[in-house]
Amino acid sequence: MSSTLQDLVSQPYRHGFVTDIASDVAAKGLSEDTVRMISAKKNEPAWLLEFRLKALRHWFTLTEPEWATVKYPKIDFQAISYYAAPKRKAKLASMDDVDPELLRTFEKLGVPLHERAALAGVAVDVIFDSVSVATTYKAKLAEVGIIFGSMSDAVQNHPELVKKYLGTVVPVADNYYAALNSAVFTDGSFCYIPKGVKCPMELSTYFRINTEETGQFERTLIIAEEGASVSYLEGCTAPKFDTNQLHAAVVELVALDNADIKYSTVQNWYSGDENGLGGIYNFVTKRGLAKGVNSRISWTQVETGSAITWKYPSCILQGDNSVGEFYSVAVTNHHQQADTGTKMIHLGKNTRSTIVSKGISAGQSSNTYRGLVKVMPTAANARSHSQCDSMLIGQKSGAHTFPYIQVRNDSATVEHEASTSRIGEDQLFYFAQRGIGAEEAISMIINGFCKDVFRQLPMEFAVEATQLLGLKLEGSIG
Amino acid sequence: MILHNSPTLLEVRDLHASINGTPILKGLNLTIRRGEVHAIMGPNGSGKSTLSKVLAGHSAYEITAGEVLFEGANLLALSPEERARAGVFLAFQYPIEIPGVGNSQFLRLAYNTVQGTRGKEELDPLEFDDLVREKMKLLEMRPEFLERSVNEGFSGGEKKRNEILQMALLEPRLAILDETDSGLDIDALRVISHGINQLASADNALLLITHYQRLLNYIVPDYVHVMEAGRITRTGDKELALELEARGYDGTPSSAAPIPRAEALP
Repeated sequence: MSSTLQDLVSQPYRHGFVTDIASDVAAKGLSEDTVRMISAKKNEPAWLLEFRLKALRHWFTLTEPEWATVKYPKIDFQAISYYAAPKRKAKLASMDDVDPELLRTFEKLGVPLHERAALAGVAVDVIFDSVSVATTYKAKLAEVGIIFGSMSDAVQNHPELVKKYLGTVVPVADNYYAALNSAVFTDGSFCYIPKGVKCPMELSTYFRINTEETGQFERTLIIAEEGASVSYLEGCTAPKFDTNQLHAAVVELVALDNADIKYSTVQNWYSGDENGLGGIYNFVTKRGLAKGVNSRISWTQVETGSAITWKYPSCILQGDNSVGEFYSVAVTNHHQQADTGTKMIHLGKNTRSTIVSKGISAGQSSNTYRGLVKVMPTAANARSHSQCDSMLIGQKSGAHTFPYIQVRNDSATVEHEASTSRIGEDQLFYFAQRGIGAEEAISMIINGFCKDVFRQLPMEFAVEATQLLGLKLEGSIG
Repeated sequence: MILHNSPTLLEVRDLHASINGTPILKGLNLTIRRGEVHAIMGPNGSGKSTLSKVLAGHSAYEITAGEVLFEGANLLALSPEERARAGVFLAFQYPIEIPGVGNSQFLRLAYNTVQGTRGKEELDPLEFDDLVREKMKLLEMRPEFLERSVNEGFSGGEKKRNEILQMALLEPRLAILDETDSGLDIDALRVISHGINQLASADNALLLITHYQRLLNYIVPDYVHVMEAGRITRTGDKELALELEARGYDGTPSSAAPIPRAEALP
């Protein structure tokens, strides 16, 4: 690889800084006492403590999964602190009450919260470390009966809804990281769209891991009742640290009859330096249940950060005629490792799934698509189409595609397409000969490669995603 | 056209270049003035395409000796994109395919980048669309070309037209056309040659690299150079191209030349 190309893909992380807010951090280690402490701090009902303890007891019986195409040193789960909350406890009446230091953090990130909320009409539920600090537009949403806020608030104010749906899509025993999350989750987002309501605005959450060596265990639950629809945005950045930070979130979506949930993610957590030191370990379980007839669950993700990404946003297509979609761009650079994809489980009749995955690997990174399309005997006339494309930048990066297809109904139609391409010196020379520098050339090629996914994103997010890719691969855009 | 007292555009002096340690150019000299049309002919492997890539700044080639002045300044000190912005244009022998990148988007970025560095006005998509459609008429290109990805799935002739379209948009000082005639049928050759002739002026210059005399029937050169083993060994006018066609590079009659009648032999 030429020196220019190497330089371009080696831009430093721009969001690396630590906000100086006093944190209330729990002692390191994980036991039933830790779980009881978290539950008590959060003033939780007994059934939730039981939920956590059941998960923890199961987790103790499990071993870390090793089937993913990722390598990392053994995690010492007893060396992690499982709870951190900003010390301010009083509920905030408005954005004016938010810690100015926090607001400055968002300014540094280029996300002026109040402006963004006001200008874009986006309600932002700010997760700062593990506790919600501020929620905007709540009142406006409440007018149409939408509940949007932190999981902690939902547990206090709508326990019947949380109890009814928590763990129904991702059971506590689902997998190693989901069990861990179920035991120790501290906060996350909760969203409930009542029957027949179309959410009038995009719902958005910015996550930010702030306290070094504090594992982040968000728990998000979104429920769309009959005929409801919602578009939810999740964006992430993190400060720069040398020690790895574990992140194991669980996201559950439930769509009832004729309901529609669109979940979009832009993830830009610290991915470690150019030598592979530091960075977030991102082990996430995201799953949507298209429970009702004609329901739809759509995942769109732009994954640019984290040292390790282990993530398979999935759809269980239970209702007849339900639809599952997965649109993904995963970018890896330096020593990043991504093993990501989706699962589409067809149960209902006439269910349809679409998978579009774009993997981009630069530096010495490894980028794996791993996907499962499973058509059960009940899923007559199921249809599934997968398109998995990989792009390599330079000579040292790797791309892998593992499509698993299991069909148990003869009337199903399942298609899979895959391609691999490389941004070569000759392409860059061609751009250069027309006056276009390598940074712009790479940006143009990458955006062209990703456009099928980007066009699924809400407008303001599409702009952000384009900028993140620019930041990741050449550092000039935005 | 040869003009009296026309300023020198390109001056190549004793240029040596190699790729992966293998010398290709071995002391090449060439002077091009504004308004002139030069043709370089020569056998396969003589270094013609290497010369075009070296002038454009391809990183695979190492300059081991010599110098290149473009409008009096050291061309070799410039990056490929700086050379392009300064007015050096290369029409590729094998234009590169760029899947996913729309041709119109690519053309507009190239146009605006070059315009910007020349202190000229950049165009928004609608203004540019008018401009590019006008230029496409010159090359008898259909508007659908704008919707497709850059060169992807283009036929050989379509790719060559797209190259000349870029030349028409970027208005270079020096256009190097590397075997632009190869793979073209007679009709396409006529259209593309006509387009190139329309773009030639007293301000710019053309350097044609070709195997075949037939291109020179359409674009008449002021100078024809013969390149052999990395150097220019002969220079003449357009008659030299006809002679080469008849007698080959080594001076012996080719099979295409008329065979002398038996009674004429000594």
